[in-house]
Amino acid sequence: MIGHNTLVVLLGCAALGVAAGVVGSFALLRGRALLADAIGHAALPGVVLAAMIVSLLGGESRALAPLLLGAALTGVLGLLALRRLTASGRIRPDAAIAVVLSSFYALGTVGLSIAQTLPGVAQAGLSSFILGQAATLTESDAILAGALALGCVAVAVALFQPLRALCFDEAFARAQGLPVRALDLTLLGLLLAVCVAGLPAVGLVLVVALLVVPAAAARLLAARLPGMLALAAVFGAVAGAGGALVSTRFASIPTGAAVVLGGLVLFAGALGVSRLRRA
Amino acid sequence: MSAPPVEIQGLTVRYGERAALTGVSWTAAPGLTAILGPNGAGKSTLLKAALGLIPTAEGQVRFFGLPLEQARPRLAYLPQRASVDWDFPASALDVVAMARLPRTRWFGRLPRAEREAARDALGAVGMADFADRQIGRLSGGQQQRVFLARALAQEADLFLMDEPLAAVDVVTEQTILAVLHGLVRAGKSVLMVHHDLSLVQAHFDQVLILAGRVVAAGTVEEAFTEPAIARAFGGLPGRAPTEAAA
Repeated sequence: MIGHNTLVVLLGCAALGVAAGVVGSFALLRGRALLADAIGHAALPGVVLAAMIVSLLGGESRALAPLLLGAALTGVLGLLALRRLTASGRIRPDAAIAVVLSSFYALGTVGLSIAQTLPGVAQAGLSSFILGQAATLTESDAILAGALALGCVAVAVALFQPLRALCFDEAFARAQGLPVRALDLTLLGLLLAVCVAGLPAVGLVLVVALLVVPAAAARLLAARLPGMLALAAVFGAVAGAGGALVSTRFASIPTGAAVVLGGLVLFAGALGVSRLRRA
Repeated sequence: MSAPPVEIQGLTVRYGERAALTGVSWTAAPGLTAILGPNGAGKSTLLKAALGLIPTAEGQVRFFGLPLEQARPRLAYLPQRASVDWDFPASALDVVAMARLPRTRWFGRLPRAEREAARDALGAVGMADFADRQIGRLSGGQQQRVFLARALAQEADLFLMDEPLAAVDVVTEQTILAVLHGLVRAGKSVLMVHHDLSLVQAHFDQVLILAGRVVAAGTVEEAFTEPAIARAFGGLPGRAPTEAAA
C-alpha cells in the first residue's frame, strides 16, 4: 500500500514532471535546453553554502526552502558567468556551458566534503541533491517543490502566445516590437525555478533529462505546440511519479536515475511511433 | 505630400571589424522597390538594421517621418525562409496568427476575430486549404506563401521583405507578384531584397542597388542601368559582372 507521505511525494514529483515537460518544451524549441544542465550543476555550491549558513545560525539544516534559495542564487551566478563568457563571441556556448558546469560542480563537491565534517550539516543529507532521493522528502518538502512547479506551469501557459512566437521566429517577434529580452529572461527564470524545485527529488546531475526527455519525446509525436505541451506534461508526470515510486520501493535506486530511465522508455516509444507513422 | 515610407541617413553597420554597410543615405518613393546587389552587398543587413534587429554604428532611419518605435504598427517584416526551423510544431494558421499578437492581449487563446484575420491572409496567398497543415509538411513555395500571409496579416503600410522569391516554384512566384501588385494598388509600399535581375523591369517601380554602399538608386528607368549593375556586381572581388547578371 502507499502511505500518505509517499502519496504526497508522488504527487509532488508528478507536478514537477508536468512543469519540466511544459517549460522544457519551450526551452528545447528555443535551443536553451542545455542551460538546465549548467543551472543544475551550478546549484550545488549554493545548496552547500545555504546548509552551512543555516547550521551556523543554529537553524535546522534539513529545511528545504533555504537550500533551494541557495541553489537558485548560485544557479543565477552560473548563468551570469555563462553570459559573461559568451558575450565576446570568442567562446562558444557549448564550451562555456562545460566550463561553468564543471567548475561550479567541483566547487560544490569541495564544499560538500567540508560541510560533511560540520556536525550540524552532516545529517542534512546534502549528497542526495546530487542524484536525487525522493524517499527522503518530507510531506512539506514535496508540497513546496510541487507548488513551485505548478506556479511555473501557470506562467508558461499564460505566456503561451508570446513564448511560441519567440521560439519560432525571434527576428519577426523583435520586428513586431515584442519584448524579446524580457520573454527570454522569463523563460530562463522558469527553467531555473523548475531545476531548483527538481533538485531534491531528481538531483542535479539528471534534472536536465527531466526537462529535455519528455519534451523531446512529445516533439516527435505532436504537430502543434499545444499538443506537444500536453504530451510533454503527461510524459513528465508519468516519469516523475513512476521514478519516485520505484525509488521509494527500492531504496538503493536513486530517484533521478529511475525518473530518467522511465522517461527514456517513453522516449523510445515515441521514437518508435513516429518511425511507424513515417513509414 | 506625406512623408516617404523610408528615409535612411548615413547608415553604417559593422560586423566586428568589417563594415557591411557604409554611409547609406536613401529615400524610398512609394511603390514597389527592389533592393539589388551581389552576395554580401548588405541587402538583408539594410532591412535588419532599419528594423532595429541588429545594432547600427551610425545613422538614422525614419518610416513615414516617424522613428522606428512609433512606426512599428505600420511595418511588416518577411524574413528569409531559411531563418526559421520549419519542423517547429505549428500549423500554417498558427504561424500567420503570430502576426496578430501585437493587436491583442497576450494571455490565453488568440481571439476568434484575430484567427479569422489570419485565415483571410492565408486565403489571399492561395493557401486557405492548408491552414491546419503542419508547416514542415508544406513545400518550400508553400512555406514562402505562409510567410507572405503572415506579413499581410500585419496589415501594414510598408512591407520589408527579404528574398520572398528565392527558390520558389512558378505558382508561388506568380502568387507573390500578384499580391505585391495588389498591395501597391492599395497604396502600400514594398521594399524587397531580390536576386533575379530578369524580373526587375517588368515588375518593379524603383531600385536600390547596393555593394556595401549605394551604387545607384531611383526609378527603374534611371537607375537600373548596365553600368550601375556592372559596378555593383563587379565591384566585389571574385565575381564577374556577366556571371552575376545572368
